[in-house]
Amino acid sequence: MSVIAPKFKLSEFIKSLFDNAFWALMLMVLVGIPAVMMILFVIEMPVINGELLTPFLAFTWLADPSRTLPIIQAFMTTDMFKVMAFPGFGFAALLAAGTIFVERKLLAKLQLRVGPFYCGKLEGILQLAGDGLKLISKEIIIPAKADKPLFWAAPVMFVAAAAAFVALIPVAPGWVVADVDMGLLGVFAVIGFFPIITILSAWSANSKFPFIGGIRALFQMVSFEIPLILSLLGVVMITGTLNLSEIAASQSSFPWIVFLPIGAIVFFITMLAELERIPFDLPEAESEIVAGWLTELSGMMYGLVQLGTYLKLYAFAALFVVLFLGGWNGPMLIPPFPAEIITDGITMGPITLKVPGLPIFTQEMLNGTLWFVLKTVGVIFFIILPRGVFPRVRVDILLNLGWTKLIGLAFVNIFIALGLLYAGVLGPGGLQ
Amino acid sequence: MTNELLPGLALQKVDERIMTLNVGPQHPGSGHMRIIVQIDGDYIVACDPDPGYVHRGEEKMAEYRNYILNIPHLERPVIHDSCNVLYPYVLGVEEILGIEVPERAKYVRIIASELNRCIYIMYWLAIYGIFLGHSTMFMWPAGDRELLIDLMEKMTGARVTHAHFVPGGVRNDLPPNFEDVCLRQVNYFEKRIKEYAAVFYDNPILISRTQDTGVLSRQDAIKLGTTGSVLRASGVDYDLRIKEPYDAYDELDIHTNVMTEGDSYARSKIPWLDMIESCNIIRQALKKMPKSGSVRVKLKPNPKGKGFESVYKRVESGRGSLGYHIVSDAKPEPYRLKISVPSFRNLIALPYLLKGEKLGNMPSVYWSLNYWPVEADR
Repeated sequence: MSVIAPKFKLSEFIKSLFDNAFWALMLMVLVGIPAVMMILFVIEMPVINGELLTPFLAFTWLADPSRTLPIIQAFMTTDMFKVMAFPGFGFAALLAAGTIFVERKLLAKLQLRVGPFYCGKLEGILQLAGDGLKLISKEIIIPAKADKPLFWAAPVMFVAAAAAFVALIPVAPGWVVADVDMGLLGVFAVIGFFPIITILSAWSANSKFPFIGGIRALFQMVSFEIPLILSLLGVVMITGTLNLSEIAASQSSFPWIVFLPIGAIVFFITMLAELERIPFDLPEAESEIVAGWLTELSGMMYGLVQLGTYLKLYAFAALFVVLFLGGWNGPMLIPPFPAEIITDGITMGPITLKVPGLPIFTQEMLNGTLWFVLKTVGVIFFIILPRGVFPRVRVDILLNLGWTKLIGLAFVNIFIALGLLYAGVLGPGGLQ
Repeated sequence: MTNELLPGLALQKVDERIMTLNVGPQHPGSGHMRIIVQIDGDYIVACDPDPGYVHRGEEKMAEYRNYILNIPHLERPVIHDSCNVLYPYVLGVEEILGIEVPERAKYVRIIASELNRCIYIMYWLAIYGIFLGHSTMFMWPAGDRELLIDLMEKMTGARVTHAHFVPGGVRNDLPPNFEDVCLRQVNYFEKRIKEYAAVFYDNPILISRTQDTGVLSRQDAIKLGTTGSVLRASGVDYDLRIKEPYDAYDELDIHTNVMTEGDSYARSKIPWLDMIESCNIIRQALKKMPKSGSVRVKLKPNPKGKGFESVYKRVESGRGSLGYHIVSDAKPEPYRLKISVPSFRNLIALPYLLKGEKLGNMPSVYWSLNYWPVEADR
């Protein structure tokens, strides 16, 4: 496709596939099997054929599907799975990694270049893994006069705060790590942590450019938090709840963006500013203040901040989906799970597998996840797009925008929501 | 005996509100120089440009080489504008040696110099884009520049440092079929750069950022001795291609781009308009150029000047008026060679423009001065 593509040779391709298979096997033996063993210690073992499994017994039986599937099912019901894998960190990190790849390829297409190409054979799909390995292997340099404990802690705290944000997002009915009644307030609380962590990192580096960047980040985040919170009040007033799962469930017939478009627009713009995305990337403006508050971070400390940034990006996009685009609601696309698998079992060659209550991922859950991911990816696309189109704004223009126009529009949105409530369009006896 | 210290080391009265920033030389927004900026909050109270990190002694080197050997190293200060940076030297040497240039060579020089002006401005524009955080405007000009670089490669054999102009004409004749290729590529190039308006020059965020920042009034622009796009952005209609036409420029119909605002936006837009004008000039030159004939007068080996005489020649380069003062001494080498560079003359305006500006305006004002650090140091 491109002039810079190397010549394709089938023999070399097959040889490289064998190499990859070897390394996959090595990784599985060295990392995968110990990890499985550790997981088996954590989960509550099911009773199969009248005998209670111990972790060691379960480990020896892993090759037998009739015993493996109940163990996997038991693992999926644990909180550990929720935190680690599906609605929690693993799912978010996967989407964040996909975001980084899509961002790089999309921007490259926009800018008439190729983007990541060599790493991973298929359009540079493993470029991120390569970058991660590079960051891990680099030396971490701490400025001599830095406040070392705080400087070390800041990137970790950043990732922790972003992960806490991810934990509050409901992905499908019942699939949320922390289903709290004050969910939206929790979101505000978590967002409030980011400027503190940023200024801690910037100040503890004891260097001029990070300090200016940190002050800029503080200005930006604090002044945009107010329109951010105000723009969400409309949704809270209409639904009458702060629980994010209930807010998502309330949009089964239509998403709130239909009634509150101004709120959605204000939230989207403030979201860009909170995420420090172009055109609001002042805290990292490279031509003015090198890399802003990230200047003195090196090696994996920088990598952790980037990971936190993209987790935050996913979480904000997901929050937009939950509040304005209807969350997991959408037409049913997934075909129903055939009932005879549960009653008769699956015949795979010589084995007939019979597992009562097998589909832990129900039809509703799979469909909800599909719609949620589709909508989130759409929102992420629109978050990425301004990077190819806009230059950076200036501090005074940014603060002017935040304190006058966006707060005004957020109030307009609140009055629209009030009008809808009092006119009886929404709420009891209305459309809902 | 003065006890004056270097700019960065000078002792200053301590004010707790004022923070001194060393922007450069290792800073993504400085180039090969240092700008010592003192800020009070977000406002710049004083700015002290500190060039000199890439001083290479071009003028002294020129005194030890003969007129022909001087050609390759004199284009090094601005390799992206190598034809224009060599142009006045070649004109001056021709006057010293008393050579008349063939008609066709004059047009070939004009085509090469205008193509090179576009190549330089594209590079400048790419950096201006990335200085404002607009990564698309970095990639597009850097990519479209390749069109013209390929053209120059066909013409001169080198992609960047051409060493194409020699006293008495140009080094080689144009390759066969060059006129058609050149016309086609220049037409496409013009169509392409006109698309930049939609993504960059008409962008509301760019306009809000650069308009009314670093305003240089007409009087100040003349007083400070600025030149080129900076001068024309402040409302002074001054273009050496029209005021002091050299080679065959007086036979072409050239339009000067002038804007009266004098702000960062106008200074960034003038070079872009210049590129469109350069495309017009190239088309005219291709039409008027004699289709055949010699492009070079054969020189004697190691040519000498006639006696003690001095010549000053200047041309309109990508950044403004670029002059060479050549003193000859009846020897194969010049007695003295002095380069008057536009970059340094434009840099002088920087402390006046940045005083009282916000820190966020520093990159846009600094790079809008059409300044090339290596050229200023020579």
